[in-house]
Amino acid sequence: MTEIAVQPQPVSRRDFLKIAWAILGGAAALEAGGVFLAYLQPRLVEGEFGSIITAGLVDDFPPNSVTHIPNGRFYVVRIGDGGFLAVHHRCTHLGCTVPWDQTAQKFICPCHNSQFDQKGVVENPPAPRPLDLFELIIEEGEIKVDTGKILQRQTYETAQVVYP
Amino acid sequence: MDEQTPQPEPSIFQRMRKKLVPEGIPSDDRGRIRMVVGSLILHIHPSKVEVSSLKWTYTWGLGGLSALLMTILGLTGIILLNNYTPAAPQAYFDILELNSNIWFGELIRNLHHWSANLLIVVTVLHLIRVFATGAYRPPRELNWLIGVAMLLLVLGANFTGYLLPWDQLAFWAITVGTSIISYIPLIGGWFSNLILGGPEVGANTLLNFYSMHISFIPLAIFGLMSYHFWRVRKDGGLTRPKSANQIEDSKVERVTTIPHLVHRELIFALGWTAALLLFSMFVPAPLEGIANPALSPNPAKAPWYFMGLQELLLHFHPLVGAIVIPGLLVTGIFLLPFFDLHLDSVGVYFRSHRGRALTLLSSGIALIATPIWVLLDEFVLDWTGWLSSWNTLLSNGLVPLAVVTLPLVLLDGWITKKYDANTEERVLFVATFIFTAFLVLTVIGIFFRGPGMSLYLPWNMPVVTH
Repeated sequence: MTEIAVQPQPVSRRDFLKIAWAILGGAAALEAGGVFLAYLQPRLVEGEFGSIITAGLVDDFPPNSVTHIPNGRFYVVRIGDGGFLAVHHRCTHLGCTVPWDQTAQKFICPCHNSQFDQKGVVENPPAPRPLDLFELIIEEGEIKVDTGKILQRQTYETAQVVYP
Repeated sequence: MDEQTPQPEPSIFQRMRKKLVPEGIPSDDRGRIRMVVGSLILHIHPSKVEVSSLKWTYTWGLGGLSALLMTILGLTGIILLNNYTPAAPQAYFDILELNSNIWFGELIRNLHHWSANLLIVVTVLHLIRVFATGAYRPPRELNWLIGVAMLLLVLGANFTGYLLPWDQLAFWAITVGTSIISYIPLIGGWFSNLILGGPEVGANTLLNFYSMHISFIPLAIFGLMSYHFWRVRKDGGLTRPKSANQIEDSKVERVTTIPHLVHRELIFALGWTAALLLFSMFVPAPLEGIANPALSPNPAKAPWYFMGLQELLLHFHPLVGAIVIPGLLVTGIFLLPFFDLHLDSVGVYFRSHRGRALTLLSSGIALIATPIWVLLDEFVLDWTGWLSSWNTLLSNGLVPLAVVTLPLVLLDGWITKKYDANTEERVLFVATFIFTAFLVLTVIGIFFRGPGMSLYLPWNMPVVTH
């Protein structure tokens, strides 16, 4: 029985070129895809939704109140102990704008009847998670809300509340 | 020597006329065949067609009607561009202007609107016809895939067009519709942001949708349509109708395309164009108040063709209702021709006598069971309450999905055992069941859902104020 010595086969010129073409072609396709996606990234307009919006002075908001700031797409919620939350007015189910029902003391969505308490926690599905928050900063007695970043949450925690 | 009278040279106009104006339809078959072969547009057809495939009640002309509607949509769409600015809120004022101040503006818009809505109905019926006659079987699988891809593009064209009037109807239908995207696992949020051009429907969304609506989607449909027509020829033309009693093919008899097919097409196209024009003269396309992002109307409904999906969302966790179930359905439709392979019954509506009975049985059960399940889920079943310690994806998603799938699996087993149904009959049975159920859900969503998306009888529907 003759044994064929298995020698490491050097890559032939043809194979090398094939692989090189594949790699270069793949890289070019990825680059083109990247350019395409980067080009399509959302454009932001200064001073509109997406920027930092001044909602008012701390004293404008009495404790246990809910105030709609329509151009910022959020509610300034001041809970009973004086702490603040900036609650996104968009239902976490399918994106309808959720009005605050003063008599029921709840957010009730007109689209699929999701209900949320004052802090935005789900009281009635189909909404899968509490209303989203925005970052709220208190500077020299002014309430400022950064609408550029939507903070999703699974539950309500006291750490979410901002105190003056 | 007699001088021959010289023939007068044809004038430049006579020569142009000879080249540009067709000389009329030849009176002999050979000339007519040559005319089809030599023409760019007529060459879509073979020069001769089988008499049996001309049978009106076999195809119902649904493919041709889709092509006619695409043509009307293209033409009306192009001229609508001249009076439309894809910017918020100008878009809405442009539509008002179109309706009140521009000659025939409202008629053109109505024609575009109603043709687009009819196109969805017609393409779905076309798909059902091809499914019911088994016309997607080898070698026609690829054309089925192209057709389903075009159906999805038609839905995309309708959906992107829905936003363009920038009224309350458009704004909230698109808000509800695109929120579904954010439930795609992992990439949902990023992808929704990309499509909307921001975190919510706004001016960027309008521009994105407009660009898709007038460039990518129509180009893609045009390309696929051409491919679809070409493949019909390559796959040997239309399938031939057969009755359920007849297993052997009848004798093949061919007639010339001119006039037998072309005349039928012309009459059909003229009839439908006239009907659409009349309808558009009397029934205006809906237009509500200008889009107001701060005020969701109650109820906020998706476009009517997505109401079946929205109804699913009322019963299932969004990931299951909006992604898993529709994803499985579309995948299933794509794969149909690859596990329904019996060839003898191609051209027989519903495969066989037994197939017809099973189709009736299946749609009958689905017709009764679906409303009962909707009522049960609305008033009795409380998955999230009963399984309150479970993740809602399980308790409100996968568990109810398993519960509604189980009866279908049992029914499938039952017909296999009792009627000894073969694969093609089981495919027919299951697909009919799912389709009927989806249709019932769509009807419930459109006509039986009122404020707060509660169930009402259509004649007791509270008046909605916007």
